[in-house]
Amino acid sequence: MSDARARILGRLRAAAPATTPTVVPTPSLSPAAIPANHADLLQSFRERLEAVRAEVHVSDAEGWPALVQRLARERGVARLLFGADGPLADALRRQFADDGPPALVPYADPIEAWKEELFYGIDAGITSSLGGIADTGSVILWPGPAEPRLLSLVPPVHFVIVEAEQLHASLADALAAQRWAEGMPTNALLISGPSKSADIEQTIAYGVHGPKAFVVIVVN
Amino acid sequence: MATPSELGGRIGRALGNAAARANIARAMYGLQKKRLLAFPDAAELERLRDAGEAIKRRAIARLPELLETLQANCARNGIQVHWAETAADANRIVLDILRQHGARDLIKGKSMVSEEMGLNGELSAAGIEPVESDLGEFIIQVGGEGPSHIIAPAVHKSRFEVAALFREHFPDMAHGDEIEALCGSARSILRRRFFAADAGLSGANFLVAETGTIVLVENEGNGRLSTTAPGVHIAVAGIEKVVERMADVPPLLRLLTRSATGQPVTTYVNFVSGPRKADEKDGPHEVHLVLLDNGRSRLYADPELRESLRCIRCGACMNHCPVYVRLGGHAYGTVYPGPIGTVLEPARVGLDRLGELTEASTLCGACSEVCPVRIPLPSLIHRLRHDAVRCDGAGVAGNGARRSKVEALVWRAWAFVHARPAWYRLWTATATRLRVLAPRRIAGWSDARETPRPAARSLHALTRERGYDHE
Repeated sequence: MSDARARILGRLRAAAPATTPTVVPTPSLSPAAIPANHADLLQSFRERLEAVRAEVHVSDAEGWPALVQRLARERGVARLLFGADGPLADALRRQFADDGPPALVPYADPIEAWKEELFYGIDAGITSSLGGIADTGSVILWPGPAEPRLLSLVPPVHFVIVEAEQLHASLADALAAQRWAEGMPTNALLISGPSKSADIEQTIAYGVHGPKAFVVIVVN
Repeated sequence: MATPSELGGRIGRALGNAAARANIARAMYGLQKKRLLAFPDAAELERLRDAGEAIKRRAIARLPELLETLQANCARNGIQVHWAETAADANRIVLDILRQHGARDLIKGKSMVSEEMGLNGELSAAGIEPVESDLGEFIIQVGGEGPSHIIAPAVHKSRFEVAALFREHFPDMAHGDEIEALCGSARSILRRRFFAADAGLSGANFLVAETGTIVLVENEGNGRLSTTAPGVHIAVAGIEKVVERMADVPPLLRLLTRSATGQPVTTYVNFVSGPRKADEKDGPHEVHLVLLDNGRSRLYADPELRESLRCIRCGACMNHCPVYVRLGGHAYGTVYPGPIGTVLEPARVGLDRLGELTEASTLCGACSEVCPVRIPLPSLIHRLRHDAVRCDGAGVAGNGARRSKVEALVWRAWAFVHARPAWYRLWTATATRLRVLAPRRIAGWSDARETPRPAARSLHALTRERGYDHE
């Protein structure tokens, strides 16, 4: 279809104005609504997430694995999926070494090898994150080999660990600070709550195709 | 396509369907309110619109160059880029990819470009089952309808109609009337399809030239599943979707979700920049991007209509259109309804076929007031109306198709009389004196309106009587 390409680009070029188009500058946006300090960032992040029925808990570097275990038990999670080589793996393995549910399941093999188990035999997944965005209540994920894409998508509950120090005021700030423009992973995500739809009567209902519950644990 | 009677017939049916009208009006007033609440600071909104307009203007001005950059960066990332001049070409490209993989079905995230292509029909004809997974699209696919709104395709249906539809088509399951229960029904029906699908399809909200990235915005997770669980992901997008830089995305995203549904952000914003790498455990093995022209380069060649290519498909123009709110999308008989459809569709298909659609507008200007990228929709609709009656051969395809000799003559006489005071005085004197002879009915006009009748005294006479003396 390279002919199609040449014809489409040819038509666009023929139509483009003869003079070089002036580059229209993008007006800068006022940062008025953006929270100023750490506590404000966390508060905005939390309020935005809770407004869309996400659960937000604040914990610390030592306490979060126990909190995850307790929350998972309260939800009756029997099998918790995690990234076998991910940044949370060691802490999770230590915490879940004792008896009792939930059992930790590593996402160790390519999806083709265990798709049925992932779709029908996992109750929850847990991932790390690259931080959050305060003004929209979004969590930033770059899934990859250590924590694959479907880990945060197929299980009905998604636990996610967010470092409070990695909260950004806005998406624009996060993109700049994390230098997205210089190289993107195969998949990057913003997740802002549990799956939802307003397609029937414009009324929001939660839990359609993605996780029904989104549990955010902020490590402060 | 739409002969006058077809459009008229559809409008008549839409106006006669009280249940659908109530569903649509309730939803649209709700969306208007949600948008208003999402932009509490009017000055901030205008700054954001300045940014949105500027970003899209910059992208459209450099469209050919950015498309080349996009292709180069996608290729570097391992995304295969295809170019389609027409909907038929795009369908052929998608079918070829699916056949190469022996796909029996295609699970779809929501895509208006796939509607524009008529992809589902082509797939079915080729023996490949299209499966819509967006809840609204799923509902209308089950019901055998087309979308009535670009972001809320089943907005014309109530929960009870949806429940009845599910009970009829999926009788082995229990379906509640509550909305959350209906979402649960769709979840369990479609989970099997996500699990087993051979290939997935999505649209694209933005294509980032700088990084070779497809940006997808959605709430349900079906878009992520469609693009992640199957082995092949095909994205279909209009060529106008390209933006220059990653830094252009945040302001556009902010405008898009807030203008569309009043949400600060959608549940998922998905940045796809390539297929699964060797060390990754999931994700599609192939990602294809089909860039569709389908008349867009013709719009590009027209300095006025080019402005419509800034559209980010938020749907705010239809949510606020007094005509759309009363009719819903089906009455338009086009893929894109509402003010933006009133521009895009006749300009693409030709005024000989869709010229009448340009009259389905009051030109009130609500659409351009809310448009996040400031497309001057009433001016463009007005421009198309002019093209439809002009006789100089200029303008979009099918120009002059709605020109009537009688109407043209009436306007020429009107212009003649109004430019000559003596003739004007003679005309008003005649009209006021002989007012009893004025027709009581004017075909097509007086069916739904009072017939205008000349007054007993002309305005000039009345003002002179009151002592105004301009001359």
